[in-house]
Amino acid sequence: MKFSDLGNDLYTGRRAVPVVPKRKTFYIVSLVLMAIAIAGLGINKLNLGLEFSGGSEFRVTSTSLPSDYEFKARDTLGAANDTQGVRVSKLGANTVRVQTERLNDAESARVAGELAKAFEVSTDKVSSTFIGPSWGDSVTKQALRALIIFLVLVGVVLAIYFRNWKMAAAALLALAHDLVITVGIYSFTGFEVSPATMIGFLTVLGYSIYDTVVVFDKVRENTNDAFANGRLSFAQAANLAVNQTMVRSINTTVIGILPILAVLVVGAIFLGPGTLLDLALVLFVGIVIGAYSSIFLATPLLVSLRSKDDAVVDLEKRAARSQAKRAKEAAAVAVPAGVGSGSTAIDQRPVGNHEGVVRGAETPMAHEEEAATVTGRQVHKYAQAGPRNQPKRAPKSRRK
Amino acid sequence: MAQMSHATFARRALAGMAALAIALIALLFGANQFSNGSYAPKLGLDLEGGTQLILAPRVTGGATVSPDQITQARDIIVQRVDAGGVAGAEVTTQGGRNIVVSMPGTPTKQQEDAIRRSSQLQFRPVLAIAAGSPQPSPSATPSGSPTPGPSGSASPSPSPTASVPAANPASPSPTNKSAIPQALTTEASPSPSASTSTSPTAAASPSPSPSASASTSGAGQAKGDPYSLDQITPELTAQFTALDCSKDGALEGIVDDENKPMVTCDADGAAKYILGPVVVSGDKISDASAGYQTTPQGQQTSQVEIQLSLNSEGTKQYADVSRKMVGLQPPQNQLAATLDSRVIVAPSFNEAIPNGKASITGGFTITEARDLAQQLKFGALPISFDLQTREQISPTLGSEQLKYGFIAGLVGLLLVTIYSLLQYRLLGFVTIASIVAAGALTYLAITILGWSHNYRLDMAGVTGLIVAIGFTADSFIVYFERIRDELREGRSLESAVATGWNRAKRTILIADGVNFLAAIVLYVLASSSVRGFAFTLGLTTLLDILIVFFFTHPLVTLLARRPFFHGGHPMSGLDPDKLGAVKKTSYAGRGRFTTNPPRLAGGEGSAS
Repeated sequence: MKFSDLGNDLYTGRRAVPVVPKRKTFYIVSLVLMAIAIAGLGINKLNLGLEFSGGSEFRVTSTSLPSDYEFKARDTLGAANDTQGVRVSKLGANTVRVQTERLNDAESARVAGELAKAFEVSTDKVSSTFIGPSWGDSVTKQALRALIIFLVLVGVVLAIYFRNWKMAAAALLALAHDLVITVGIYSFTGFEVSPATMIGFLTVLGYSIYDTVVVFDKVRENTNDAFANGRLSFAQAANLAVNQTMVRSINTTVIGILPILAVLVVGAIFLGPGTLLDLALVLFVGIVIGAYSSIFLATPLLVSLRSKDDAVVDLEKRAARSQAKRAKEAAAVAVPAGVGSGSTAIDQRPVGNHEGVVRGAETPMAHEEEAATVTGRQVHKYAQAGPRNQPKRAPKSRRK
Repeated sequence: MAQMSHATFARRALAGMAALAIALIALLFGANQFSNGSYAPKLGLDLEGGTQLILAPRVTGGATVSPDQITQARDIIVQRVDAGGVAGAEVTTQGGRNIVVSMPGTPTKQQEDAIRRSSQLQFRPVLAIAAGSPQPSPSATPSGSPTPGPSGSASPSPSPTASVPAANPASPSPTNKSAIPQALTTEASPSPSASTSTSPTAAASPSPSPSASASTSGAGQAKGDPYSLDQITPELTAQFTALDCSKDGALEGIVDDENKPMVTCDADGAAKYILGPVVVSGDKISDASAGYQTTPQGQQTSQVEIQLSLNSEGTKQYADVSRKMVGLQPPQNQLAATLDSRVIVAPSFNEAIPNGKASITGGFTITEARDLAQQLKFGALPISFDLQTREQISPTLGSEQLKYGFIAGLVGLLLVTIYSLLQYRLLGFVTIASIVAAGALTYLAITILGWSHNYRLDMAGVTGLIVAIGFTADSFIVYFERIRDELREGRSLESAVATGWNRAKRTILIADGVNFLAAIVLYVLASSSVRGFAFTLGLTTLLDILIVFFFTHPLVTLLARRPFFHGGHPMSGLDPDKLGAVKKTSYAGRGRFTTNPPRLAGGEGSAS
């Protein structure tokens, strides 16, 4: 089976992933993942970097700094890698600045002594002091306030765009799900949370909401059609929409992830742990989770949220009647229609009984001729083939 | 014909994109030739290093610095640094006392001063003025000398809405005949020095109650009347006489206590003043903006002014002060605005100003005025700072991080290329071309913004750009998938492109719109590196929309007219057969029928 065929079948509904019908399963999966993430937060506190909590700083002044000062300093502190939250940089020509998590006085004295030994200077050339957070409470507070305002605004914008507040609610719930799980990853791995990581979280947030909006736009399109023609129930239309955007979701996720995967691999092989790798990991996880939630969580949530709406209940009844009627007609016309008769779709794809078909999600057949397209959407025949017997002027390039 | 206009539009859009790119390149070239631009994007603190400034608080009068003050000062410094562009500076405290500012690049002296200057704006009444340097005859009588000071003039705002004084019924008791500012709390003993001696007119002004609310300006403290010449003690006179404004560091020893009179110079050292205690302090400023002064007729003059809006309390105080000072004799009818203890302007009042709009004019250039307005808006630092050290700082992330990040980005791009070719065949090249175009525009944009707005790329920004490849590619994928969907419905290619575009357009706009909203909200409301992120996000989102609308779509529209794609070549990625399009039996003319989907939009007979 080729990928392109899969795309075609998903589009027509010949094959479908039972996203909406099996939504309880996906809810359970998501709940379990979130529970694990929250439990992880309870057990393992987030490892906040010294940008958030402040720390200790040592300055080593030496007239002849070795070129491998960074390695030397890290080695002294027993931290060969970045995840321990040690920052080393050079100030001017002959001062090394080492920042680390907050140490008490005894530890500070010990580290200062060891640094002096490592750099072969006397201890009075090593100064130690405490530094405050650069990403202080006020920055966090401002960022949180901005985030909340943004979420409220997004909720309003989506509610207006989709003309339904439940769609906005489902999108925001999916977003919360993604963030909880991504944060959970950090608590489990014990990666240091740095300002760069916060930016990573924000990127994931943007990606997640973007992904959900793209899927929801298709859901909106399909359910609007369903409300208009009454052939599919809300759940069926939503399920079809998810399946129709499945190929797009897969392609987008793969293309989004490939560069990050490259960063992960290159980072892991050549660099070892560090900002680049941390950031790549959070983005990798975030994008995969975001893609998952936009497909398997947001739309089912929407269907669940709207299942009690009057219009949706009414549509379900209409759709059931319409589908029963069509099933009867199809049984009556059991003989396949002749080729070239113009009723085009039926001979291509008989109703039901394909492997993988979810019967509930089966798309209706079209009866009217001009609506004889794979999903029953009306496409005027002129759009398919142009008007009949119109004189055609040859393109400029082919004119004599 | 609709198709012609599609194609014409497409060609124009592509030409427009080319023009935009050329314009950006020209701008970049110009920036490099005639200014201090660079052909490479500016890098952030973590990738390039920068300058580290350690600021130590200047403590006067044996005062101590509280942690609160340091935190407050840090927050204000962050705002000031942020206001200078999207540079991503790092501001921390050190040892609970010093403030460490690490910023990429090398700040100019002016930038440095702007960061650490406390920018305390205060309004103090003038008690005496003299020329800045000691006169040959050192017995300079404090009062009465002509004003050689800057020729500022109080600008009475044209709207004399006198609502503010009326809204002050708190203490209706007309203070008995004196203009002493009396605190609302009656315990604050009314000043023992009846100041009526100097200016009888002052008492005549029927001010209801100069409510200097005792908590803040302290004007109501037992010190007494801030306008009274009785405050000029002999030692103040001695200090005043000794002061030589032409010397550097003349003001080093000045104690700036807002409750006491003080002796100071004006900004260019041409005049020296004895000033009364603070009557309106700078923390009452709610907004400040700089611009050119306009005449009452609305004409712009070349005089630079800073417009101040005071909050309600400040408005009240300012109204009272102006009302009282109108009646005083020169130089006592002048109100000095001091910035960091120096007089910048000391205008005299022509009339009472009740609406809380003050304006300061002085010898500023427009840039200075803008800087100052910004500083005044963010608030004064609670303490002044001295620059302790200034050092170069190396990047915290090794250069290899950037190098490998770059390599990884290229590898990722290669993988994306392979994948889109597999998925979309030759149409994949449109994706690649679009991503490359987007990449080129992004490069140009961040390089130019680095020059114009000091935009700097840090590690988070680099990864943000790598992720943006995904966002950008998604727009094309949404678009291509829609075209394919329309082909599956049996449309002809041109019709599918047009219809698919109409549907994809909506999706792309709302999805990008949400991202752009995020960018704007975060940029406006958040600070430091979050702001940098918001900037990158907004930039890439805008470029994405630009590229899809004016590059990808026109390109696909034009390509759809080529026989290769139009004919649904298997390698074109738009082969209707492969897409399982509805098979139609068409009349192909001359008695022939075909079962392929119609190849051309018109001409050949329609189905059935």
